[in-house]
Amino acid sequence: MKTRLIALLLLIATLGIGWFVWKTQANPASAYRFRLGLDLQGGTALTYQADVSKIDPSRVAASMASLRDVIERRVNLFGVSEPVVQTEEAGIAAGSGAAAERLIVELPGVTDVQQAVDQIGKTPLLEFRTLTIDTTHATIKNGVLDLGTTSPQFVASGLTGRYLDLATLEFDPTTGSPIIGLSFNAEGKDLFDKLTKDNVGKPLAIYLDGEQISAPTVNEEIRDGKAQITGSFTVADAQKLVRDLNYGSLPVPITLISTQTVGATLGEQVLNSGVKAGIIGLIIIGLFLILWYRLPGLVSVVSLATYIALMLALFKLIPVTLTSAGIAGFILSMGMAVDANILIFERMKEEIRSGRSITDSIREGFARAWLSIRDGNLSGLIASVILFWLGTSLVKGFALTLGLGIIVSLVTALVVSRTYLLALPTGGEGSSVARFFFGSGFRNKVDAHDFASQKRS
Amino acid sequence: MLVVKYKHWFFAFSLIVVILAALSFFGWGLKFGIEYTGGTIAEYTFQSGAPSVDVLKQELAPLNLGEQIQPVGSAATNDQGVVIRTRFLSEDDHVALKNAISNNGATKFTEKSFDAVGPVIGQELKNKAIWALILVIICIVIFIAFAFRKVSEPVASWKYGVVAIIALVHDIIVPAGAFGLMVHFGSAEIDILFTTALLAILGLSINDTIVVFDRIRENLRHRFSNKETFEYTVGKSLSQTYLRSFNTSFTVILALLALFLFGGDTTRYFSLTLLVGMAAGTYSSIFLAAPLLIVLNDWQNRKKVSKK
Repeated sequence: MKTRLIALLLLIATLGIGWFVWKTQANPASAYRFRLGLDLQGGTALTYQADVSKIDPSRVAASMASLRDVIERRVNLFGVSEPVVQTEEAGIAAGSGAAAERLIVELPGVTDVQQAVDQIGKTPLLEFRTLTIDTTHATIKNGVLDLGTTSPQFVASGLTGRYLDLATLEFDPTTGSPIIGLSFNAEGKDLFDKLTKDNVGKPLAIYLDGEQISAPTVNEEIRDGKAQITGSFTVADAQKLVRDLNYGSLPVPITLISTQTVGATLGEQVLNSGVKAGIIGLIIIGLFLILWYRLPGLVSVVSLATYIALMLALFKLIPVTLTSAGIAGFILSMGMAVDANILIFERMKEEIRSGRSITDSIREGFARAWLSIRDGNLSGLIASVILFWLGTSLVKGFALTLGLGIIVSLVTALVVSRTYLLALPTGGEGSSVARFFFGSGFRNKVDAHDFASQKRS
Repeated sequence: MLVVKYKHWFFAFSLIVVILAALSFFGWGLKFGIEYTGGTIAEYTFQSGAPSVDVLKQELAPLNLGEQIQPVGSAATNDQGVVIRTRFLSEDDHVALKNAISNNGATKFTEKSFDAVGPVIGQELKNKAIWALILVIICIVIFIAFAFRKVSEPVASWKYGVVAIIALVHDIIVPAGAFGLMVHFGSAEIDILFTTALLAILGLSINDTIVVFDRIRENLRHRFSNKETFEYTVGKSLSQTYLRSFNTSFTVILALLALFLFGGDTTRYFSLTLLVGMAAGTYSSIFLAAPLLIVLNDWQNRKKVSKK
């Protein structure tokens, strides 16, 4: 029978997928190994708040993108395998719009947080500030203007490290002391040109991380976008500064707002427990199904095996990063995957009870149970989608495995279970042996709580 | 059908359970984890036995961290350590903390885990969580009202939605109450996993309610030809579906049981909350949702009669 052939093909496909899953996991060099979240393999996750208040709103997205690139460059220098650097907008749940831009950095295997943060976070923010007269504290005393302060006031000019193309280490030919040469990009060149033109004869202060490091006087308009910073740097300081400036002056200042570190042993423990729970869960569910639903129960166990193989393969191929909650979601979805099967079987029993042949009952069972299955799973999907939006990466893992599980379980219940069931030998259609195998529960035949199986549409 | 016959008893029982659960949750359960309050939790294990809490307190005193120290693990399993909670620590503070614990290199320890959450994130997550809960409930109710839109007679389809809300609220208050017990007698805290569990319960427990409603919908089509009262139809539907409703939940509960007993500590309270939630969900579909439909129908009829 054609159905038997398809059933056989499905079985072979399941074994094939299972083999693929096994092989790629056993081979450490395979590109398809499971991706493990930080809470399973150990590592550090850092969340930074980016201060975009001084950036023109239309350029925020571009700035965040370049911030991401800069940080990623630094992280890669760190030699971490598969780091994740992502920008995130906090969205409607955040307090204020301006403070809502985030950067998330995930470093698997890195447990020395200090080193990571130093490398990533403490980056020089280079600013050029111009002189201004601040009159907020000024008063008039005896007809004379008193500024109320004696230190020069500098205000941000808009030219920052964002516009820096290259920083070089040079040495003063006469004194031999280190000089930092700056070369701006096209936009920066124009800005610098304008700045120097407007401020000839006045000091143009150079600030690094909020501290003034030099305030040379502008002699003339500088059109070629090149500048030099002199100061009392040691060679080592100058080298570090040049290197930091080159790795990418940060387009946006960032502050660390959250850290999470999981040690590798803890991660492994969690992973092992998760896998153990999954296997045990599978066994008890399988036992229940076979003992209660007998032959169809066996079918649903085989179908569950297909479901699991498919899910694991999807985790590898998409890929889905597994977290501890993700594994929990997968185990939960195993329990739910059989739901559809149970609804179908119960429906089948009703049809058999009403006198239909077994084959017809199978078809009817599937047809009529579909509505409940569809509606029930849809609500689970709604919850998964909203959960995905809510969450940190831990929760996203759960939402993803649950949502994916619901979709895949629909497929396996409707396609796989159906094929396997239809492929079964049904013996003498009315025989009591057949009825035993397709019955369920502790009673041999159908249950007695029947209200009205007489009226059928 | 006995559920229908004794529905008022079941309503009373549900009400008592819900009240107790709410009391338990709000009375005992409102301990928030650092994800929602901000702060730091760090766990350290020591190779050669953990220093006593007093010693640690002395070492950390100059840092002014507002710390709470709790010993965990046991010498026997060689993982004796401490869990230290403080306010949010910047990276510099983190380093200072580690130096203080290590006595500047004298004591060897491993940092098993370190979580520092700033207060801004905490508040934001709280807001998001509340939004998510409201959104899921609204979506599901709309979904049910829509899915049952053609069943307007005798009970309007939106009323199915109302009954669903009541069942859903029951389905999250009961596990929240159980969670209160876990907070009081265990070490549970309201963290993001708890919120996830509640949201998952909302999405999953509605499954059974739909199975029952679905059967009611189907039977209603034939009810006039069978000359059945609404009450009889509901009762019939219940008796036809209670077994499958129970079984579908049972498999999920089996899976969760495996997770609870054998899964790691991270998901322990999570799986227990889900367990209670699924059980509550099954109960509410059979003993709460379906009988409530009957009650609604009765009220409607009473109004009609009194109008005449």
